[in-house]
Amino acid sequence: MEYLIILVSAIFVNNILLAQFLGCCPFLGVSNKLSTAVGMSGAVCFVITLATLVTYLLQYYVLVPLHIEFMQTISFILVIAALVQMVEIILKKISPSLYQALGIFLPLITTNCAVLGIALIVVTKEFTFGEDPHMLNLVESVVYAFASSLGFGLAMILFAGLREQIALNKVPKPFKGIPIALVTASILAMAFMGFSGMVK
Amino acid sequence: MGKFRLITKGLVKENPTFVLLLGMCPTLATTTSALNGMGMGLATMFVLVLSNMAISATAPYIPDKVRIPSYIVIIAAFVTVLQFIMQAYTPAMYETLGLFIPLIVVNCIVLGRAEAFANKNSVVDSACDGLGIGLGFTMSLTILGLVREILGSGSAFGFKFIEGDGILAFVLAPGAFLALAYLIVIFRKITKMN
Amino acid sequence: MVLSLGIICLVSSGILAVVYALTKKPIEAAAEKKTNDAIMQVLPAFDGQPERLSIEADGKVYEYYQVMKDGNVSGYAITAAATGFGGPVSLMVGVTSEGIVYNTSVLSQSETPGLGAKCTEPSFADQFKNLDPAVTRLAVKKDGGDIDAITASTITSRAYVNAVNNALAIFKAITEGGDPEVASGTSTASDQATETCPAETESASTEE
Repeated sequence: MEYLIILVSAIFVNNILLAQFLGCCPFLGVSNKLSTAVGMSGAVCFVITLATLVTYLLQYYVLVPLHIEFMQTISFILVIAALVQMVEIILKKISPSLYQALGIFLPLITTNCAVLGIALIVVTKEFTFGEDPHMLNLVESVVYAFASSLGFGLAMILFAGLREQIALNKVPKPFKGIPIALVTASILAMAFMGFSGMVK
Repeated sequence: MGKFRLITKGLVKENPTFVLLLGMCPTLATTTSALNGMGMGLATMFVLVLSNMAISATAPYIPDKVRIPSYIVIIAAFVTVLQFIMQAYTPAMYETLGLFIPLIVVNCIVLGRAEAFANKNSVVDSACDGLGIGLGFTMSLTILGLVREILGSGSAFGFKFIEGDGILAFVLAPGAFLALAYLIVIFRKITKMN
Repeated sequence: MVLSLGIICLVSSGILAVVYALTKKPIEAAAEKKTNDAIMQVLPAFDGQPERLSIEADGKVYEYYQVMKDGNVSGYAITAAATGFGGPVSLMVGVTSEGIVYNTSVLSQSETPGLGAKCTEPSFADQFKNLDPAVTRLAVKKDGGDIDAITASTITSRAYVNAVNNALAIFKAITEGGDPEVASGTSTASDQATETCPAETESASTEE
């Protein structure tokens, strides 16, 4: 039950993109085409889940016991950068087709703030999910990370679909490109606000 | 290019928010009020100036292959320094901006300037560039924060001048996207006229 | 290649360690100042320094601060939290030795700006000044209490009230030494959707 609450709240209610503004750069940057949006979402999903797993272990089994929590930001970003690099190499070896689909997005993911953002959120913020406020445990963290990345994918794919349609229409000149995309995002965010209050 | 031009170009011609469209996450997330936007802008400027200088000074000694990881480490170090300083001397602002302070590490503006300017220019020029882009970023965030604060809560820089509630949507997520969209349009119109 | 990256990492960590050591004291002082300011705000004037204590109840440890006036215990500043809309709402609640809520102060909250975040404003928070729980029913009006909820932010208001109730339960435990009944962190808002009060124009989308 609790995992269901985490899923619903991370995908719809507190959507990582439309409510928390994490990962806006790829959201606005690579959402021109539906196909690239799908590829990006897949890659982000993969990396966020893996990165959160690793950084969670790093935080509680290395940084905290050694009392060097102040190295958090620097070690997390290094882990994420190394992880992305590793995923790239492994994918190239074992699944060239998947690499072709996700490959070009992987280098971009290191600087996607959603990845570092989620990794930091799970070790710093208390969550409730229908219970008393508490820090997330390992399984909850990974489920939360996975759910958030699904939310990222959902918003990204919806948004890319909308932008593809808008590109076919006439747009006033100063609105061309990003401004009209932002207006679209605004309406999409409004739609997602309808979910608020669904999960406490 | 003169030092003065380096500093002023970030305000209009290469404005990071309205023209280059970089660093969108903090731009949208922290501008619920003018002061918050300004705080975020200044925090980013602090990191930008210092990391630009450090990267410009070390660039000749860093092998090309490990360039990006090295820059990220340098930036992350300055961000952590900033975290300590803010926790110690401006704890309230640190709490308000929260997660978005450590996320300066992955702000594309900072890494972007390192890659596009600092690693091939002198330390002084890089500092000026960081200052200019940082000022531009601070200005944009303050304006966006001000617009959202006036519309959303009827106040400016914390001073309430309209009684009661504003248009709440502007404090929430949808208003952030909408206000930024219209500010970009207005910015485009104004700069075209000049 | 690896060497230069290693050197950069080492130098950076070195700098960080130094800055960490330099700012450690001011950071602790800032945190302490925040707690002390909160205690000063929620309790009437007291002598000396507040004493930090903790009590175990329901298998959980709660922290509180005890203050003295003229040699007697004059009040307790109790930290308590309850689940709000965007996460925990954490309060410092000042309870005098007579069991009266003197004042409250928000320690941390992540409610929506412009909606639930208004719980820090006097228009709402001042309802908890000099509040006698024997006279005032500690619940929002919608739930049959005496507290005016923040417009369109019932869940935040409930959380605030719950946190105060939790603090009072801890107070009871402190003074009586008994087992406090701390209400669950979740607010009982299950019947919320079915409640339609025409007097209150609360839309579902902005409901907190």
